Amino acid sequence: MSNFIVDKSGIKRYLVSVKINGSEYTRVVKANTLLVNFLREDLDLIGTKKGCELGDCGCCTVMLDGKPVNSCLVLAVDVDGREVTTIEGIANGEELDIVQEKFIEHAAYQCGYCTSGMIISSRALLNENPSPTEHEVREAIAGNLCRCTGYVNIVEAVLAAAEAEKK
Amino acid sequence: MYLPDFEYYAPESIAETCQLLSQFGPRAKVIAGGSDIIVKMKKEVLAPEVLVSIKNLAELKKIEYVPGKGVVVGARVTHNDLYKSKLLAEKYASVSNAAGQMADNQVRNIGTLGGNISNAVPSADLPPIFIALNATVKLEGVNGERTMPLEDLFTGPGKTVLAQDEIITEVVIPDQKMTGSNYIKFGLRKSGALAVVGVAVAVEVENNVIKDARVALGAVAATPVRAKKTEEFLKGKTVTDELLAEAGVIASGECKPISDIRASAEYRTDLVRVFTKRALRKAIDEGHV
Repeated sequence: MSNFIVDKSGIKRYLVSVKINGSEYTRVVKANTLLVNFLREDLDLIGTKKGCELGDCGCCTVMLDGKPVNSCLVLAVDVDGREVTTIEGIANGEELDIVQEKFIEHAAYQCGYCTSGMIISSRALLNENPSPTEHEVREAIAGNLCRCTGYVNIVEAVLAAAEAEKK
Repeated sequence: MYLPDFEYYAPESIAETCQLLSQFGPRAKVIAGGSDIIVKMKKEVLAPEVLVSIKNLAELKKIEYVPGKGVVVGARVTHNDLYKSKLLAEKYASVSNAAGQMADNQVRNIGTLGGNISNAVPSADLPPIFIALNATVKLEGVNGERTMPLEDLFTGPGKTVLAQDEIITEVVIPDQKMTGSNYIKFGLRKSGALAVVGVAVAVEVENNVIKDARVALGAVAATPVRAKKTEEFLKGKTVTDELLAEAGVIASGECKPISDIRASAEYRTDLVRVFTKRALRKAIDEGHV
């Protein structure tokens, strides 16, 4: 059973311990707190964006135990004991990840709103499959909608990142 | 969007889960992956006062082969677990391929088999192929467990025989005489689309003669349905292109689709004709694909 405390107004608040971008965080949350709001509002990790908030657009994509998921569909209390990677955890300090570098090189964003989710989905793909085909890249980002419709450059950037990582 | 308040429980056992569901009755709902119920809560279609999370039920997270029983898939297995399972790729790639066609990668990583089945959406991608493979489903409740053919679980759109205190715990694909199976889905986009029509078939073929066949149709009736006349028609016949074409015509006469925003009833009926023919050809020529 989850650990909780009851506040003055009688509302239960649950203890959540979660490893985010390599650091351990322990917070108390209400049961109805969604992971995306937990990240943005409680931890100030606002790189994760909110788009449709119904699991269609992919703006809020984070890695949960290494796998991309829509953080708008996950309860914060349900990630207790698990590991989350957000866009803030992709770069190594000042040094950008190769996927981020290739997104810049290939101008793989226009307004930038989908970019956090795109990069998380792309990074997760390359972690699992270092040599994806174009079709596999398109499959991996099928749940990330870019309304500037810059898909061609995005796919090129991911393929270039895969190529660069092999060297 | 924020969710309204609700009570939350994360029980450690199936028995405790059923006990909570029994205690709270219709006020409670189960949450597994969340890809369906969270959306329904945001859209105010559902407003459960209690959510019972089954995240701690590790025993529902398995895909394994049990000799004499078949391939046992736990209810918490996600669509991507099915899609990427080595065991299924070897034995029933038709099942993993069906799971891989669902929604998108992010949703496949959280949406579960138990959720896909228990929501009883007529267009759900997993029930038809499991029904074609004669799968059974196990339900557990406070008074014990019961097992039934998966096709008997559904009673209408969003409706199943699940009692308030019951959860789906596993689906079993029994050992097969069927030599091939296939699922074909038609959606309006390549990804992230609901099935406009889904056709699953399983066949037992020996020396080019169909000994047995099962055909299950999705999104063309209130529940996934068997095309039993088509199955009877195929039994004992020698495989020819004409035979499979005629099977398609019979299957299209067995479905009762509706017209909606995605397609007209006439179009769906014709898709059933074409996909039954194609799925049969695939299963006959290529095995479980």
